Amino acid sequence: MTTANPTVGPYKRVARSLGTGAPVYVLLAVLLVALAATDPGFYEPDRFLAFVKRAAPLVILAAGQYLVIVCGEFDLSVGAIVTAGVVVAAELYGSYPDASWAVVTGGLLLAGALTGLVSGLITTKLRVPSFITTLGMMLILEGAVFFWTGGSPHGSLPEEFRRLGRGTAGGWLPWAVLACLVAGAAAVFLMRSDFGRTLIATGDSERTAALAGVRVHRVRVIAFVLSGVAAALAAVLVGGFSGVSAQAGRGYEFEAITAVVLGGVALGGGRGSVVAAMAGAFSLQALFTLLNLQGVSGALESTVQGVIVIAAVGLGAADFSRLRRRRTHLSGGTPS
Amino acid sequence: MTGTAVAPPTVAKSAPPRRTRLADPAVGVWLAAAAVTAAGWIVVAARGGDFLTLANVVGILQNCVALGLVAVGQTAVILTGSLDLSVAYLISLGTLVAATTMQDGGVVTAVLAVLALSAAVGLANGLVVTGLKVNAFIATLGTAFILRGWIEDNYTGPAGKVPASFQHLGYDRMGPVPVSLFLLAAVAAALWFVTRRTRFGHHLYATGGDEHAARLSGVRTRRTVVAAHVLCSLCVGAAALFLAARLGAGAPWAGTEARYDLESIAAVVLGGTALAGGRGGVAGTLGGVLVLAVLDSVFNQLGVDPFFKNVVRGVVIIAAVALYARRGTGRTT
Repeated sequence: MTTANPTVGPYKRVARSLGTGAPVYVLLAVLLVALAATDPGFYEPDRFLAFVKRAAPLVILAAGQYLVIVCGEFDLSVGAIVTAGVVVAAELYGSYPDASWAVVTGGLLLAGALTGLVSGLITTKLRVPSFITTLGMMLILEGAVFFWTGGSPHGSLPEEFRRLGRGTAGGWLPWAVLACLVAGAAAVFLMRSDFGRTLIATGDSERTAALAGVRVHRVRVIAFVLSGVAAALAAVLVGGFSGVSAQAGRGYEFEAITAVVLGGVALGGGRGSVVAAMAGAFSLQALFTLLNLQGVSGALESTVQGVIVIAAVGLGAADFSRLRRRRTHLSGGTPS
Repeated sequence: MTGTAVAPPTVAKSAPPRRTRLADPAVGVWLAAAAVTAAGWIVVAARGGDFLTLANVVGILQNCVALGLVAVGQTAVILTGSLDLSVAYLISLGTLVAATTMQDGGVVTAVLAVLALSAAVGLANGLVVTGLKVNAFIATLGTAFILRGWIEDNYTGPAGKVPASFQHLGYDRMGPVPVSLFLLAAVAAALWFVTRRTRFGHHLYATGGDEHAARLSGVRTRRTVVAAHVLCSLCVGAAALFLAARLGAGAPWAGTEARYDLESIAAVVLGGTALAGGRGGVAGTLGGVLVLAVLDSVFNQLGVDPFFKNVVRGVVIIAAVALYARRGTGRTT
């Protein structure tokens, strides 16, 4: 509940939220410096914006995943939602080539919200651990998408729809960066609102929160819904950026969770800031870029990624003695 | 039942010892397996097929072996409140190491090499989780990435060749029963004995039930978690050896294609083991594996689209776990 104290002044609150995520800001800074040292042209506006554009889907996913994790749950279905979103959009355009992009995008966001709603209701009302709920949801979504398309999605996305993922506003600012900024600002605003405080309180101690009058079920369902919307938005960006593929979202769920944990957010809930979670996503993307520039072969890339993630989280954990106690609560999702 | 005797007071308070064995998820899941079999038999028979042929039953059991071995190992880890997401890549690497070693060296060397590799990976997982205090989810995910990189860097496709002498493990039968089933039975029985009848087993339950209380009562919780990870990885190594015998070569996709990481966790939870640790056991896990295998077989007989199978599988997993929770076996929050 440390970050949820309304009497603390804004500066202290910023300092505190920095505090929980301090290692990730250091990591991000180190990676950004290393990027500059490796490639002097990295900070030319175009290239840097392109970097942010590539990071945007992961950052948005991390923000959504943060909401779910901070209230003590998991969302393993976000990767499948991204895949499903891309494939569904392509199939829709296959049947209705003239559909307006706004309608399709809106429909996808709504479908993402609906998926999150179902996951949330199953987790809270049926008391299924969210690890299992969202794992099942992932199997269902991937199975359904492949079943529907017979294994390979057809149809393609029109330029108009892909603009959000690959186009630029005013000739220089990528729409994806704008979407990322808006989503990030919305997440920060949300976490500063009463809802954000109840969300953290729920993750910190469900019972205490419930006794204090928080409707913990509703709070958690909303977190899942928002995570679903974030995943659908990421799907629009991914579809626009890299096109249609049945593998579009594979692995995103683990990357998003990794990003959130890199940001010092405790699995099991109750602690960590959304800004740090998004910084974790940027760090991951910076790491991928750096490995690419260093000419590390694609194969070894994941080895280095694994080592760095473990090391970073280990270093972060060293500062927080509470994490040790948290560990026992981790996997169930529902703090039982 | 001796296992729950050490369980912390919070559990004892909310769940007094149950006499009704039916409410025990481990019993429930075996009943569910029987029910699914019966339903499958009826559905297949209605289509003019015959489900309960000896060949089919044996086939179902054989399909349990790989997932069963992994899930049994996963049970040990989950009982302590940890989990292992690196199993899929460890299987892939295990088959590759087994097949390439067997090609030049002997079968014995290969088996020892795979088991040593598994033990080392398990040890690393356990030490990172307990020593560096990295969350098990992230620690084993990191291990998975490391293994994946190693595999992709060193192997471009199937590698090595398993000699005919070792392929007996995958294909031989004693009477109608596949030899591999004895492997699963032996590993499962050993792990059942360890978890239910030894002091270490009680420590597993105690650590998963409430790590803090266990430590205060003198359990070396860190050592317990590390040992559980090593045990799990050894089981995974056994699965890798079996799959190598079955495939005749090492394959980089052997573990990932079937998603052994998530499927094994699903089977463990289907079997009534609490993801938070401290409750459940090997017997339930085997039931969970059986349910998945029977479902698979029914779908195959009915010629259901393989992609649609995943949809049903997801629904079944969620529904089954929801049933347990409804029955109040889950610890109330």
